[in-house]
Amino acid sequence: MDGWSRFVDVFFKPELIERYSPAILKGVVVTVEVAAAVVVTGLALGLVLAILRSFRVLPLSALIVVFADMFRALPPLVLVLLTFFGLPNVGINLPSFVVLWLVLALVLAAFAEEIFWAGILSIPKGQWEAARSTGLGFLATLTYVVLPQALRLTVPPITNRTVAITKNTALGTVIGVGEILNQATAATSFAGNATPLMMGAIAYVILFIPVVALGRFLETRFAWRRA
Amino acid sequence: MDALIQQFFNLAIMERALPLVLTGLKQTVLLCLLVIPLGLAGGLAVALLSLSHRRAVRWIAVVGIDFFRAVPPLVLLIFVYSGLPFAGFRPSPVTAVAIAFFLNTSSYYGEIYRAGIESVGAGQWDAARSTGLRGWQTLAYVVLPQAVRNVLPDLVSNTVEVVKLTSIASVVALPELLYSADMARSVTFNSSPIVLAALIYLAMLWPVVRLVSRLERRIAT
Repeated sequence: MDGWSRFVDVFFKPELIERYSPAILKGVVVTVEVAAAVVVTGLALGLVLAILRSFRVLPLSALIVVFADMFRALPPLVLVLLTFFGLPNVGINLPSFVVLWLVLALVLAAFAEEIFWAGILSIPKGQWEAARSTGLGFLATLTYVVLPQALRLTVPPITNRTVAITKNTALGTVIGVGEILNQATAATSFAGNATPLMMGAIAYVILFIPVVALGRFLETRFAWRRA
Repeated sequence: MDALIQQFFNLAIMERALPLVLTGLKQTVLLCLLVIPLGLAGGLAVALLSLSHRRAVRWIAVVGIDFFRAVPPLVLLIFVYSGLPFAGFRPSPVTAVAIAFFLNTSSYYGEIYRAGIESVGAGQWDAARSTGLRGWQTLAYVVLPQAVRNVLPDLVSNTVEVVKLTSIASVVALPELLYSADMARSVTFNSSPIVLAALIYLAMLWPVVRLVSRLERRIAT
């Protein structure tokens, strides 16, 4: 067998592609479900925390900073294992899907809070003062004047960060969430061939390249902190 | 409450797990000393390619960067560790981690360097070259120092991500911090060793995370 057909036989074996496509597709559905849940809840929680922080109530802000720092400093896999193996022993049984969603949503919320907060801080004080002096209340100023400008600035870093954290759905394989990587490794050890792993990798590329490219486009569109 | 403390903050178990966890910490530090320089060097190479004068080279670099930013690092690692043996290449866990991390972190560092180099004005190049400096001297002595300073917060924060990422080496049975802690957990049926590992990660990375936040704010204003 020459090199090329050997390569095809190991990584792109046609009959294996056909046999394992349904499994990989099932994995894609699970990955997309977890990813969507993480993005929606993580970004929403991050925004709420950044808004709460803008009230500048000291104990509350301190709590938010501690939360954001901890979830930015800890590896997500540590949190996943801690939650998955720890909680059942204190009587809380969560399905692995929920553990993965919960951990990644909190991690995303921590990063998003920091980015949204940096965006809010970047709005000059004069914007606040001008809005308040027209008779807008604190919340109205925040909602109609500050946030629209602040969020615009945060679009590129938020996109990149969200992609980076959503990719961590692959960690679910360690606790048995049936996402792409899980399906692919199971099929690879069953078939004794690397084709399913290659299919899994390609599935990830197809899912994420559009968002990575979008992040690149946004970065050039609204340049953020140009030094 | 008592059950919670027993399960997560059991000091007796932490004490017993400490020697094992510390050998894991040593592996994590060694791993970082391997993958961070590799990533920084690879990233610089990738950045220079993506700024090449040749359109084809630029294009290949950008596609490569986006490809490896789209694949989750764990997928890359498992592909290298358990996929490549089918093609006759059987990497050790350390080699597999080094390869997978090199591909992933070079892409991220590369994008950061590129942004930094682009932030240095073209006049700097012209001025340096006109004083008689060669191309690589201009890069090394004039452009890179300014570029690195401009993107320092991003470089540091990506390095934090790389250190955190070394925890996935546990999946290919490399006995680093998380792997050792998880061994101790599976022997004791108690999560305190993982809490111990988490505390060690926090002790290493929390100061850096704080530093990044301060650096970012200083540059933003």
